[in-house]
Formats: sequence, C-alpha cells, structure tokens
Amino acid sequence: MKIKRYANVLGMVAAGALALSACGSDANAPQGGGQNSGAPAPTGTAPVECGGKQALTAEGSSAQKGAMEAFIAAYRQQCQGQQLAYTPSGSGNGVKQFIAAQVDIGGSDSALKEDKGEVEKAAERCGGNPAWNLPLVFGPIAVVHKVEGVTDLALNGEVLAKIFSGGIKKWNDPAIAALNSGVTLPDTDITVVYRADESGTTDNFQKYLVAAGKGAWTKDDGKTFNGGVGQGAQGSAGVAEAVAAGNGAIGYVEWSYAQDKNLAMAKLDSGSGPVELTAESGGKAIDAATISGEGNDLRLDLEALYASNAPGAYPLVLATYEIVCSKGYDADTTKAVKAFLTTAATTGQASLVEAGYLPLPQEFQTKLLTAIKAIA
Amino acid sequence: MIALIGVFLLIQAIPSLAQNNSSFLFSRSWDTGDPANLAFGVLDLLLVTVFSSVFALVIAMPVSLGIALFLTQYAPRNLARPFAYLVDLLAAVPSIIYGLWGAYVLAPALEPISTWLNENLGWIPVFAEGNTSLVIGQTIFTAGIVLAVMVLPIITAITREVFDRTPPMQIEGALALGATKWEVVRTTVLPFGRAGYVSASMLGLGRALGETIAVMIILASTSDVFGWSLFDGGDTIASKIARAAPEFNDPRGAGAYIAAGLVLFVLTFVVNAIARSIVAGRKEYR
Repeated sequence: MKIKRYANVLGMVAAGALALSACGSDANAPQGGGQNSGAPAPTGTAPVECGGKQALTAEGSSAQKGAMEAFIAAYRQQCQGQQLAYTPSGSGNGVKQFIAAQVDIGGSDSALKEDKGEVEKAAERCGGNPAWNLPLVFGPIAVVHKVEGVTDLALNGEVLAKIFSGGIKKWNDPAIAALNSGVTLPDTDITVVYRADESGTTDNFQKYLVAAGKGAWTKDDGKTFNGGVGQGAQGSAGVAEAVAAGNGAIGYVEWSYAQDKNLAMAKLDSGSGPVELTAESGGKAIDAATISGEGNDLRLDLEALYASNAPGAYPLVLATYEIVCSKGYDADTTKAVKAFLTTAATTGQASLVEAGYLPLPQEFQTKLLTAIKAIA
Repeated sequence: MIALIGVFLLIQAIPSLAQNNSSFLFSRSWDTGDPANLAFGVLDLLLVTVFSSVFALVIAMPVSLGIALFLTQYAPRNLARPFAYLVDLLAAVPSIIYGLWGAYVLAPALEPISTWLNENLGWIPVFAEGNTSLVIGQTIFTAGIVLAVMVLPIITAITREVFDRTPPMQIEGALALGATKWEVVRTTVLPFGRAGYVSASMLGLGRALGETIAVMIILASTSDVFGWSLFDGGDTIASKIARAAPEFNDPRGAGAYIAAGLVLFVLTFVVNAIARSIVAGRKEYR
C-alpha cells in the first residue's frame, strides 16, 4: 500500500518535471526556421582547448539570451563536463557584475562606455589590463506591421523616423506611397507600438533612426522610446502581440518574435532598392560594419552600419557584445573562457538562424577568432 | 518592520530627489534616461494608479456585495459552501495568469464594448477618446476589469464573514415583525455589516493599487499625459518600477523609481490604515 502511494507521488513528480521542462524550451525559436535554410554559416574553424574552470558564469543582455543558449549547448557538446551559466538580467546588470568580478563574462547591448567610467573600472577588474568588447551576437530587428490588404511594404530610415515620431499619421501618406508604387494603401491611422520597458532593442532602433533618418529623427536615442507617439507594450512578445491585434499597427521586434507570430515584416530601402530581412541580407550589413575599437577590442561603429546603403544589406541589426578581460583572469578561467568563446564563434554558429540570430560573416569570424586567441 | 521599509525607501530616494530638476509631486513627465540630469514627476503615475484602482473598485464593490448577500442570506447551505470556495479560489490565481488572460483573451473580447461606449457615451469624459488603440485594447478599461476580478475575492470573503455574524436575534426580530427577506437584509444585515464591507473594499483597494505584474502586461504605456479617460494607457507606479527594474544600473536613476515606490507605499499604507480604523471603531466586530 505504502509503496503504491510512493509510486503515485513519483508519478506526479515525473509528470510535473515533464511539464516544467516543456515550458523551458525556447519560446523564441521561430517556427518557420526552414525558410532560412541555405543561410551563410561561417566556415572557419579553430581548435578548442577544453578544460580549465568547470562552471563559468556570464550575465547581461536579454537580447542575446537565445544565442547564448545555442552557444552553451554547443560548448557542452564540445567540452564534456564544462558549463556556462548565463543570467539574462539586462545589459546594465551585465556590466555591473562584470566590473564587480562577480561573473567571468559580461553581456551587453552596448560597448563599455568611456564617459561613464566603465572602461576604467573594467580595466581595474582585469588587473590593469583593458577589457575587450567582442560583438559575438548579431540579431536583426524586424519592423513589423499589420495593415489590412498590405503584406509587401517597403520603408526607409527617413519615413520610419517620421512614423515613429508622429510626423506621418496615415498609412496612405504620400511619403509611404512613394516607396510603394503599385500598392494600395488604406486611409487608416498608424498606431505606433513601442517597447514600454527599457531595452537594447529600442536603443538600437533609435540609433538606426538617428543615423538613417537623414535628420528626420529629432529625438534622442537611448533605452527608452523617445518618439512621443503611440503606445508601449511589455517586452518584445508584448509588442508582437499588440501589432498582431491591431489594424494599422507598426512596431519593432527582434526577428524571432516576428517569425513566431508570422507578422509581416517591412523591407528597408536604404537607397539601393528595398531589402527583405534574411540571414543573408543581415550578414551583408554586418560585413559593412566598421570597427572603432583598437586592436582586438572589436567595438563597432554602428552609425556607419546603420547609415550604410550597401546594396542587398539589411542595416537594422542589433549587435550585442561579450565583455571579457584581455588579460588578468586566473589560468583556469582563461582557458575555459577561451574554449567557450571559440566554440561560440565556430560550432555554435550553426543553430543561430533557428534562434532568430545572424551567423557571423566569414571575415568577421576571423577577426573574432584572432581576438579570442589573444586572450591571455 | 514597516517602519524599516519606509526608512529604507526614504534613504534610497533622498539623493535622487535632491537632484531632481522638476517637481516630484506635480510634474507629469518621467525622464531618468540621463542619470546626471534627472527630471521626474510622479503625478501622472499616481493618477493612473488611483484611477484604475478606483474603477476596479466601482465594478468589484457591487458585485461582491451581491455575492456576499447571496451566499449568507439566500443560498442554501450546501450550495453556499462550494460557491464561496470557488470565489475564494479566484484569489489563488497568480497575478501573472490574470495578466496574460487580460492581455490576450479579455482585451480583444472587450473591443466591441469599448468601441460602443466610446462612440455612444464619448461625451462623458471617462469614455472619451483615449490615447491608445481600442482595437488592441490595452487600456485602463481592460486593466481595471481584471483588477476588479482580482480584488473581488478579498472583498467578498471579508464581507461574507461580517454578514454571517449579524446577530440572529436581530434577524429573528425583524422576521417576527413580518419583514420580508429583503427587508431583513436592509434593516439588519446591511447596517450591521456596512463598516466591514467598506473596510473590506479598502483592503481590496490596497491590493489594486499595488498590483504590478498583471497591470504591467495589460496596460500599454504612452508618451501622452493621462487624460481622465478609461481608454487611456499609461503606467501605474508599480508597473513603471517593474518595467524599469531589469535595467537599473545607476543608483541615481534607481532612486527616482524608489521615490515613486515610496509614494505608493504611503498611499497603500494610508488606505489600509483607514480600513483598519473603520473596523476598529466598531465594537461589534471584536
């Protein structure tokens, strides 16, 4: 009798665990991953020296959570028994915890800032050696919209800047019509949906509007939306949900959410024809990015990236960094950090598109691998 | 304990308040993007918080009064028990569930109602054109209804207890005088239970004021100021803090939110104190 009761309890526990693990599966993974097959994954390889500290810790940006999960899976496969725990608590926290030496790797949507003293403090944490910003994860931002009867929409930086600051209020505005000849645009009000919480997505989107808006964006950039119009929703999931619910709505979300909800994504016309968001067009944009950091500090000049009009490139891409010490870890940690980053930059790239991120372009991968190798 | 929390909030808030460039209590804008140049005011947050909670109470109070009366006076014993249990169960639903339900199920379903109210009763300020899309439905209207469901079990449970304690002598006396069931309720149960009912509502109000996650998910924030319409969006104090909390990276910016939290703390404290004083004033309840 007693045994039977235990069996019942065990059964319950097992069922509960199953249910829980089902929740744990990554909700961000787009359903339509197949449509991106044939995406250009970088082919570079590098030997991974496993070993060192067994449980690495990293903390920071939630925008790279999905990519980190892919990297961690690859790392555990590559190096048996090695672990990395990533806490997606926000970029601010990532930098803070890295500087306080609470975590080995910091994840952030923006490079360490000189004017806030972060560069200096990070160097202090690394025993007097500079910390490097390694842009390992690139995620495109999709401009999603729902307008009845319109599935194929092309926009550019200037028009987007006007829409998101209230200059353009109707879908049949001449400025939108000029970019979409042959499309019948309805006389519907535009409902702008933005991220109500502070986020790196908003920050990068507004930076894009500054750089590509040709002066049409007169507001600041930053983690809170400054457009002054529309309504905010909680998180990318909330924005996607709100856009899907409203006729005439437009918003910006990370790629995976747009795919998940099957939302129409606008093409961006940076001057050389409208470009659809694909792994390929996003990769082209990363290729066009210039590096403003020195040596192996691969801080990106996003302004150049956002303002570029390279043909076939989708420039609205969010870059997130891994912040690491160039030197100053103990030997064990150095070994493990290098092993993890190398794995992430090589085998970890394979499953990125599925998670809604862009694989690194070939050339960029080489630069990253050089930098990772130089960590001592 | 409460004093310690208050002191903690105060200590954290004072440096930011000292650096604030606009009036904390009367400014309607919130800008903590640049920690060196803070300009934040709590007025809009406070208005949205109070407005949505009061709206929730307007819905929840009559409904819970009806439920409590039905369960204590009208329903047969063996029906009242499971029914009361069901209502209590509403309190056990986590607020995140309410939030998701409100945003994904209730909001789209309310669209025809809110559009009708807006078109036909738009001349009443509370039904006027709001600053968010009715089609998406992430309005104070939706949030208030969800809040009403959330505070309903609290108000009902306490009110039921109080009504149950109406002295049987009074009820029997009224019956003996030939009163109908409804007259019994009106002349004995309601006068006896009024203070308990009001204080139960106050406790419910305290719950609604502080509700965070559900409101955060349902309510769309806006850049426009609050215009006294149910179809406005906005942020309550609690939802504003919760939205910003993951990105706190500067004590000055965080201090601004803590200052807002202090206002909420004082507000709920006052509301609960009022509720307690109402009950304490009635010796029948002791």
